[in-house]
Amino acid sequence: MYDQRYIDDVSSLVLNPEECVGCGLCVEVCPHRVFELSDKKAKIVDFNACIECGACVNNCPTQAIEVTPGVG
Amino acid sequence: MKTDSNQSCNKGCCDESNEQIKGFNSSNISIMPSMRPPLNPMAEYEKSGYELCSFVENFVQTDADPVPKIKTHLSKKDIFSTIKVRCGIKRHKYTVTPGLYCIGNPDKNSEVLVTANFKLTFDHVRSQLEGLDVWILVLDTKGVNVWCAASKGTFATDELVRQIKRASLEKIVSHHRVIVPQLGATGVSAKKVKKDSGFRVVYGPIRASDIMTFLKNDRKADQKMRMVTFTFSERLILIPVELNMVMKPAFIVLAIILLLSGIGPGIFSFSVALSRGSIAAAALFIGVFTGAVITPALLPYIPFKAFAIKGIITGVVFALATGFMLTTTPFVSSMTSLTSLFLLTIAISSFLAMNFTGATPLTSPSGVEKEMKMFIPVQLLSLATAVGFWIYSAF
Ligand code: SF4
Ligand code: SF4
Repeated sequence: MYDQRYIDDVSSLVLNPEECVGCGLCVEVCPHRVFELSDKKAKIVDFNACIECGACVNNCPTQAIEVTPGVG
Repeated sequence: MKTDSNQSCNKGCCDESNEQIKGFNSSNISIMPSMRPPLNPMAEYEKSGYELCSFVENFVQTDADPVPKIKTHLSKKDIFSTIKVRCGIKRHKYTVTPGLYCIGNPDKNSEVLVTANFKLTFDHVRSQLEGLDVWILVLDTKGVNVWCAASKGTFATDELVRQIKRASLEKIVSHHRVIVPQLGATGVSAKKVKKDSGFRVVYGPIRASDIMTFLKNDRKADQKMRMVTFTFSERLILIPVELNMVMKPAFIVLAIILLLSGIGPGIFSFSVALSRGSIAAAALFIGVFTGAVITPALLPYIPFKAFAIKGIITGVVFALATGFMLTTTPFVSSMTSLTSLFLLTIAISSFLAMNFTGATPLTSPSGVEKEMKMFIPVQLLSLATAVGFWIYSAF
């Protein structure tokens, strides 16, 4: 069922790898498996699956992630 | 003598006793005046002005307050109410009191599962936990499910901290750990909860049906448990509420359609309003049906990603199919009126399909915004043209 996708190239998701400490929490909380951990760093592997729910932003201990959905 | 379990029913403590009476068979007619009143093990918890909830089976003593122990099987009434809520009949204030509950016989090492106080959520969670010994911490989400409450900010860090403190959870468990459903992460910051309450947040699976496996695997969730789905049945279950929401606006539109349909060479005619109007109403009905039923149900199978386009596609298909039938009626003999009906169906279908973005776990706000900017003008233009053509075709 994971082929259900929404409009591409709209998410406001930004990951700043410099800030990432590799805790893996974003990988854990994201309901659309947007991140993966490789070499102790979070990596965006499926940008267009992001629904801007903010779960990753809320739980990243170093504020390495941002989403700024317009109206919400 | 047969003493059925019915006799030990906690009479007076719950409205469920009534339902159990229905389950009596002729061999144990115990509702006879001569019978002694059944023993009530919960009598000591009765309080004037309070009524014990039907899902509470007992209370367990802890180092803090006594904690209500809840049943894992749903009563007929729970199930009936669930159906009503799903149909959108009784959606407001379907809540349970926030606070700590338990299932089985939990102790200081048992897990604490956090959930929302929407009764549907609460019922669903407890029905999945049969045989476990766990604590359930219910947050005050104002009767909204975890996912929606997390994005609305009621299933949130502060509320979690507040309920942990209110229940004196540190006296009840020794591990200082709470399991929060993954979809609650949108409202919860694990780091802040730890800082403010001393409790560590562990994110559990998305679906309650995976909790058992999650606990068995030492609180590890696999990829599948962490991924949100939107299956056929998950989509179907949303349709009644969706329809309920459009009911009122649809009736207003219907009234306008009837009015507009009456306009003609004789300025206004009631009989024409009814006869032409009913055909336009059918076009409206098709639009509602394709936008709020067909599009959600067949979502992944309809081409294009924007929901507005999906709505146009289903609208076109159904409008074409019925359009041929309509050509046989006297009121849509002209191409103008047929086009008008066609456009009306499409505008409604597209708008309602777009409206469905709000109910899915697949859409990003930025995407919805983009879609709305693009398609609301299209829908309005289509609607305006439909109205213009409809009036014009009457003359
Ligand atoms: S905002 Fe939500 S969907 Fe997007 S990456 Fe973060 S957790 Fe995943
Ligand atoms: S939550 Fe933040 S720090 Fe942790 S892995 Fe993700 S980006 Fe890195």
